[in-house]
Amino acid sequence: METVSFEEAFAQLEAAVAALQDGHMPLERALQYYEEGMRLAQHCNELLQQAELRVQQLHVSASGELETTPFE
Amino acid sequence: MLFLDARSIVSVTQVSRYMKEVLETDELLRDIWVRGEVSGCKTYPSGHCYFTLKDDEAQLPCVFFKHARQRSSAPALRDGMAIAANGRISLYERDGKLQLYVECVESLGDGALFLRFEQLKNRLEAEGLFDRERKRSLPSQPSVIGIVTSPQAAALRDMLRVLRTRYPLARVILSPALVQGAEAPLAIANALDLLNEHGEAEVIIVGRGGGSIEELWAFNEEVVARAIARSRIPVISGVGHETDFTIADFVADYRASTPTAAATAAVPDIADWQAEIHAYQIDLSSLIEGYFSEKREELALVARDLQRLNPQFQLDRLRQRLDDTTALMQTYMEHILTLRGERLRGAAMQLHALSPLLTVARGYAVVRRDADQHIITSVQQVQPGDDLTIQVTDGHIHAKVQ
Repeated sequence: METVSFEEAFAQLEAAVAALQDGHMPLERALQYYEEGMRLAQHCNELLQQAELRVQQLHVSASGELETTPFE
Repeated sequence: MLFLDARSIVSVTQVSRYMKEVLETDELLRDIWVRGEVSGCKTYPSGHCYFTLKDDEAQLPCVFFKHARQRSSAPALRDGMAIAANGRISLYERDGKLQLYVECVESLGDGALFLRFEQLKNRLEAEGLFDRERKRSLPSQPSVIGIVTSPQAAALRDMLRVLRTRYPLARVILSPALVQGAEAPLAIANALDLLNEHGEAEVIIVGRGGGSIEELWAFNEEVVARAIARSRIPVISGVGHETDFTIADFVADYRASTPTAAATAAVPDIADWQAEIHAYQIDLSSLIEGYFSEKREELALVARDLQRLNPQFQLDRLRQRLDDTTALMQTYMEHILTLRGERLRGAAMQLHALSPLLTVARGYAVVRRDADQHIITSVQQVQPGDDLTIQVTDGHIHAKVQ
């Protein structure tokens, strides 16, 4: 779960909800979608809360190449 | 609008009031920009500033009140300055003086600046640089955002603050540039080109905080306009305040009124996503609850069926039927016995009526021959000397046939 990006996790969460909305499946499978969906929601929330804006500065290095260095 | 009867003779006050109303209700004169040269400028201890705006053929008295001066970021006025003044034209009745009540002032430097602005704007517009079709749509979720501005400026800090709050998932690449002064136009253009060459930014914000016309002038230069036009990456302009329009704003793919507004326009708000995630969590809970209720109902139905098939239940039911049937039988039996009893009594009575004993009681006797106990019903059956027994009601009589 740790390596899944926000976009991926969010898309999977949407899919889990859609699957449950479709209905007509054994209770075991419904429970699986439920638990998976809640895990994904938790993961998404964590990603958003932990996200930190990265700021870099662009400049031309001595060798004429474009580099970014951390800013502030 | 006061109605003035042309035939009547009016007072000075009346005509003054009338003129003032004409001036104050006129669309153009209520909010107008007038350019000219400042002359006779005098500021009083009250803080109010009186001057005349003039050009070759006319002049217009102006008053710049203290509160308006403090509100606007106007430069200090000097005689000979070329300015554009914004305000409303009205009549001060007491003096009979028509004047421009100034709200704000823009310095036009030597006046030539404004002309240059107009000429460049017309030329670039004719080339199609401002065309709506040219403008590209902004990416909805940019992971890399380029910013062209001064690294020390408050505008940058404001933009970063907005980005941090709304969309911390992104990465910002600052391409620094001077944003005022003679070197600024080229610096801004180069900074834009560098970001394009680096290629990672998905959208670029170019801008700076508020200032005078001269301070913002770099964004009216052709070199900056061209750099924005040739940028492969979509450009958002955020220059000065809401009312500042520069040529960069016209060329950009999207014009934001301020640097902060530009940062807001560049990214989505994760608060929206957090709300969606929360909504999905609620959906999941209610959906699974729905499943559980459905299953509970199914279970209840099956349990009811099961109960009906339960042997104990069957037994109890049969026992009940047995009791019912037994009770029924009992009732029938009683009926039958009652009926039989009645019939028996009936038969017994009939029997009784036919009973020979009754006949004998009436006086008839039963005669038997002693020899074989045969019952004699005719004289032919006896001979003289036979012994007979005659049965009467209360006993027997022995007799001999003579």
